[in-house]
Amino acid sequence: MDSLEIKNLNVTIENKKILDDFSLTLPKGEVHALMGPNGSGKSTLAKTLAGHPDYSVVAGESLVDGKNMIGLSPDEIARSGMFMAFQYPSEISGVSIANFIRAAITARLQKDEELQATQYYKQLYEKMDLLKMDRKFTSRSINSGFSGGEKKRCEILQMMMLKPKYAVLDETDSGLDIDALRIVADGVNKMRSPDIGILVITHYHRLLSYIVPDKVHVIYNGQIVQSGDKELAFELDKKGYDWIKNESVTSL
Amino acid sequence: MAVKSTIEIDQEKGNFHYDTQYNYDAGTGLDENTIRYISDVKGEDKSLLDFRLKALKIFESKALPTHWATQDLENINFDKIRYYLAKGQQPSRSWDEVPDDVKETFERLGIPEQERKFLAGVEAQFDSEAAYSNTKEQLKKEGVIFIGPTEGLKEYPEIFQKWFGKVIPTGDNKFSALNSAVFSGGSFIYIPPGVKVRQPLQAYFRINAENFGQFERTLIIADEGAEITYMEGCTAPKFETATLHSAVVELIALKGAKIQYITVQNWSNNVFNLVTKRGMAMEEAEIRWIDCNIGSRLTMKYPAVILKGAKSRGEVLSIALANDRQHQDTGAKMIHAADETTSNIISKSISIGSGRSSYRGLVNIPKHLKKCKNNTECDALLVNSKSRTDTYPAITLKGDDNSIQHEASVSKVSAEQIFYMMQRGLSEGEAMSLSVNGFVNDLISQFPMEYSVELKRLIDMEMEGSVG
Repeated sequence: MDSLEIKNLNVTIENKKILDDFSLTLPKGEVHALMGPNGSGKSTLAKTLAGHPDYSVVAGESLVDGKNMIGLSPDEIARSGMFMAFQYPSEISGVSIANFIRAAITARLQKDEELQATQYYKQLYEKMDLLKMDRKFTSRSINSGFSGGEKKRCEILQMMMLKPKYAVLDETDSGLDIDALRIVADGVNKMRSPDIGILVITHYHRLLSYIVPDKVHVIYNGQIVQSGDKELAFELDKKGYDWIKNESVTSL
Repeated sequence: MAVKSTIEIDQEKGNFHYDTQYNYDAGTGLDENTIRYISDVKGEDKSLLDFRLKALKIFESKALPTHWATQDLENINFDKIRYYLAKGQQPSRSWDEVPDDVKETFERLGIPEQERKFLAGVEAQFDSEAAYSNTKEQLKKEGVIFIGPTEGLKEYPEIFQKWFGKVIPTGDNKFSALNSAVFSGGSFIYIPPGVKVRQPLQAYFRINAENFGQFERTLIIADEGAEITYMEGCTAPKFETATLHSAVVELIALKGAKIQYITVQNWSNNVFNLVTKRGMAMEEAEIRWIDCNIGSRLTMKYPAVILKGAKSRGEVLSIALANDRQHQDTGAKMIHAADETTSNIISKSISIGSGRSSYRGLVNIPKHLKKCKNNTECDALLVNSKSRTDTYPAITLKGDDNSIQHEASVSKVSAEQIFYMMQRGLSEGEAMSLSVNGFVNDLISQFPMEYSVELKRLIDMEMEGSVG
């Protein structure tokens, strides 16, 4: 079966070890949640999977349907079907959302293929309606002057338009009020299908009330220390991360 | 007849050259004999020869402006340059009559095609002289003159002499003096009163020879109520040795006239591009410089408008892109000399790699004037940490009844922005190109369409090539 298979990933940043033999398998068609306290390696994992140049992979693999992504450039990884929704998306002034997404889609086309403008806008508007985004948004510069909610909706919009095989949502709930959270979660739920595997990275269980995961993993000190079903998220919420910290200390 | 031999091609569009045979060659180096030779082959009268010789003296007496400009100017070896190279003296009126190698050069640069598509007239200069020059019949009937300066002086002495050298005097600076001494080629344009030329006139300046200096001279006069857009483009093959391009461009917009002067400078990066451009706007006239500098090793150019008539308007919209080992030292000057004059300067510079951009501005509104306005915006974009940008705005505002507005910004394309765009599937080059296009978009959208398309294409090519 197709999957995103992360195998024994060891990652350092400025010689400091962040991910320590991290392994996780996300089958296509499932939604997994990765939870953990600050500094446990959640964002490092997201950025490493996306090929961020600041993170050095010492050992391990990230297999997208069997093909190793480690060592590829960020754009090659992206075009192989890996999408990452950023916790802090960059602002790019002067580049409209419509043009940006069009450029991203065009980058995925074969040489002789051409993007049909009418078809493209039809799709774009459809997805924007789902995310309750005003159509005027298409001409706004990417993330410039956006509220937190607008930025996250814009990330989900891009995910919907680019149709990745696997998506990593890095703390997509941070900075969202409850209405925005619902809209974003709705968008993600509508994307759920046998064609995509989604890894939701979050600090809080709140988002997981809306995006109900098939599995929950807990990361601590760069390793998965617990895996379970959705109930694990609520247990974690009740007991707090100290519970995990203590567990992991005793298990050592 | 020239023998076509090796063609050197590179992926860059303008980087090729033909081993051309020149029938007129002033040799290497500059002295009185060089000037006598040029003046003689061009069949000039004594007054023009004297004008040139006097200019040579001024050129020799002036020091390089290295007290404020870059020391790189000292790397120009004036003794190693060839000041005049031409195949013939008269431009052809038809492409069929242009020598094969020259014709092929301009075909590869797309000039005849553009002429058919959207131009009202074209002049194509190859080294020192125009090889081709043609204006649509309709314009000629309306009295529009579009020829070279040598012909201009011979055929229309009363118009030519009235304005030639009046906006930019010989001694304005060392390079205007050099141009005045050795100028050849360029355009002389006269638009009669009330004639509005809808399609642009275009001049294309091509340097083909090595160790060469191109010194065209352009004089454009728009008579009362006339309107004209002039576009100039330029390329040269890349040589190991330095090439010099030093033009003088004078514009005169009489009462109510409008002149729009557009430059796409894409010299190869061994060219010293030291150009003096200035326009004079009479009552209610408008002069607009659109100046885009993408090529050259060093460009020093500060298009100016003297707002001489009441309610006249001056504008400089400029984009400079300094890639590795390039220095774009550009800017604008607005000299307010009448009431209710307005000026607008918008400058955007992009520095990439070791590229360096400088903005120098000069706005002067003296005390006795009323209701004058200036708006200056200069924005700089740095594409990596090695690049450098400087801004030297000099704004002198006196009197209570005048106003200025000045904004400046420096921004960076950060590694995080590039990563973000690459995560969406864009290559590094595409990502940089997109952010640079985003930076200049609002300005480019004010340019004529044919031109903004070409400019975006050039920027894309530059950015693609800048990825190491």
